[in-house]
Amino acid sequence: MMSAPVDMVVVPGVDGDFGAMAKHTPVITTVRPGVVEVHDGGKVSERMFVTGGFAEVTEKRVTVLAEDTIPMNEISENAAKLRHKEGEEALVDAKTDRERAHAEHILAIAGAMHDVAARRR
Amino acid sequence: MASLKDLRARIASVKSTRKITSAMKMVAASKLRRAQTAAESSRPYAERMERMVSTLAGALKGNAGAPPMLVGNGTDRVNLIVMVTADRGLCGGFNTSVVRNVRHLANELLAAGKTVAIMPVGRKGRDQIRRDFGAHLVDGFEQLGRKGIRFDEAEKVANRVIAMFDNNEFDVCWVVYNRFKSAITQEVTRHQMIPFESSVGETVSDSRAVYEFEPCETEILDDLLPRNFAVQMFRALMESQASEQGARIARWTMPPATRAI
Repeated sequence: MMSAPVDMVVVPGVDGDFGAMAKHTPVITTVRPGVVEVHDGGKVSERMFVTGGFAEVTEKRVTVLAEDTIPMNEISENAAKLRHKEGEEALVDAKTDRERAHAEHILAIAGAMHDVAARRR
Repeated sequence: MASLKDLRARIASVKSTRKITSAMKMVAASKLRRAQTAAESSRPYAERMERMVSTLAGALKGNAGAPPMLVGNGTDRVNLIVMVTADRGLCGGFNTSVVRNVRHLANELLAAGKTVAIMPVGRKGRDQIRRDFGAHLVDGFEQLGRKGIRFDEAEKVANRVIAMFDNNEFDVCWVVYNRFKSAITQEVTRHQMIPFESSVGETVSDSRAVYEFEPCETEILDDLLPRNFAVQMFRALMESQASEQGARIARWTMPPATRAI
């Protein structure tokens, strides 16, 4: 999606959001659905909604391998509702553990979308 | 001796064949550009992800709780070969070279006393290998990527393979596909996917120890491994598709081929 030298990246990790700057301890973490914020020059220069994925932080760079990114202006309470419905249907249809996990993941995405939309209002 | 009339007919026939092949070439050229961009832009993501997995693999080496997708299930008896080819022909040695590679691999494995299963992705490869290895074929896929490969198509292939692995239907998984090098060259690539083996070579070992993991290594790997498998499959399909278009153009551009009509 993008690659640029920046001051700091805030990543929604599973165990809470964290900001990664240069010289950060190397970390590999799972990313939960939420917003990745890119800070540069003292302000937020870029925000992206990610549906989940993985992040690798080294002293020199942050790599976020997102499953999917959605532009911030497409996040709304309506979109969250649609996602929620899709998740509930998937949960009903789920037969295996993997499908169930997938459905729960969609619900988690919906929840995160809702939070983002609600905060903006 | 051919009459003037016969010659005229022959000239007309060659001309119309040439129209078809040059149309195919133009279609392939436009598809190539799209497929090539897609394949090349998928590389950084796939490579980063693979590097992440190998970092984790390094950290977990020798650990008893490591997931079987990473370290294997302790045996290498049943080998699954995922063979990626095109659905259509008329593209030179594109399909044949993958099939030849699969045949070699299968023969090697059989000679070593292993069991082989072949999952064809793409109709042409299945047709070509059925004669010799019909008994080893398992259900595969065709007609993928009619409008460019989508991730959910790759995920479908990946999920089938992972489900088979979870059911203990095989122990080792290989993927054989054409890697796109340039518009006129493809490289048959054979990659062992389960147990995980890095295709980019060993990464620097000294940086491994200092990583922190959130949550723990095994939990990340449970998510990351299936994900990585789908991503690598996605990449293989895209590389193959770009190669196919390139091969088709090359097939109809090289002078000897056109003359052979």
